[in-house]
Amino acid sequence: MNFELIAFYLFAAVALSSAVAVISFSNPVHSVLSLVLTFFSTACLWLLLQAEFLGIVMVLVYIGAVMILFLFVVMMLDVHTAPQREGFIKHFPVAIAVAAVMFAEILLLLGIGKGAARPMPAADPALVASDSNLHWIAHTLFSRYMLPFEAAAVILTVAIVVAVPLTLRRRAGTKTQNPSEQVLVRRDDRVRLVKMAATVKSDDGAQEAK
Amino acid sequence: MITLEHYLVFAAALFSLSIAGIIINRKNVILLLMCIELMLLSVNVNFVAFSRFLGNVDGQVFVFFILTVAAAEAAIGLAILVTLFRNRRTINVAELDSLKG
Repeated sequence: MNFELIAFYLFAAVALSSAVAVISFSNPVHSVLSLVLTFFSTACLWLLLQAEFLGIVMVLVYIGAVMILFLFVVMMLDVHTAPQREGFIKHFPVAIAVAAVMFAEILLLLGIGKGAARPMPAADPALVASDSNLHWIAHTLFSRYMLPFEAAAVILTVAIVVAVPLTLRRRAGTKTQNPSEQVLVRRDDRVRLVKMAATVKSDDGAQEAK
Repeated sequence: MITLEHYLVFAAALFSLSIAGIIINRKNVILLLMCIELMLLSVNVNFVAFSRFLGNVDGQVFVFFILTVAAAEAAIGLAILVTLFRNRRTINVAELDSLKG
């Protein structure tokens, strides 16, 4: 048993046990923290596969941004955990049965245990095709996958544009300007012409109506 | 020697665990979202393992796109969740039945 195999079993065990913790903790904050551990262990597994770029992106973007967003929302919402656990005991056997059957079916489909296992190629394919994993991905991403890359950018922009108005809240009584109403104003709304009698100055200085 | 089957079995176990999590935590929308993230993760493990095994970069590029879409999905899902909690004061799935005829 070499070092790579030991590292694989270590990371896989940590990832799977923290995945069990995600679905079994009653406190959502603990669940999110376990999910962070699962993602981190999986990023380590990807580093074992020499997918360096995706492993780093996983830690920086997924753990650093998305999971922290989850943590923010969970801590912002005052979630009462107790009533949401009422179906836990009732659904537990069903969940175990469904998960076990699915797992067995996937193993059957993959043909695990039958035939020879397929070892990973010893040479890193990124070093065979290019000079590093980053160059390997970048050359493909910015040539053949240019259009999907632009589409991904559009999807992210749409997500921002949608998420802001969804969470925008207008409080009553705030003194803000409304530019559309300001532009739509007409002269008659602001200026009122008043018809008055003309006045002339008399000899002793007092003004009088004529 | 580390084989392709190691990674496939790991991804299958992760996927089954997330299915079990969806069935157990049917009441909590936040945990449902987290289980969906776990499912996407297990699929990504398959993509990366096959990319390494076949020496083909397309799998890793696809994982890149899945991460992008998953980030957008999490942002919009959490925004909907915040709006929902503000209007209904609950995120219990069983109480979110105002569309029921």
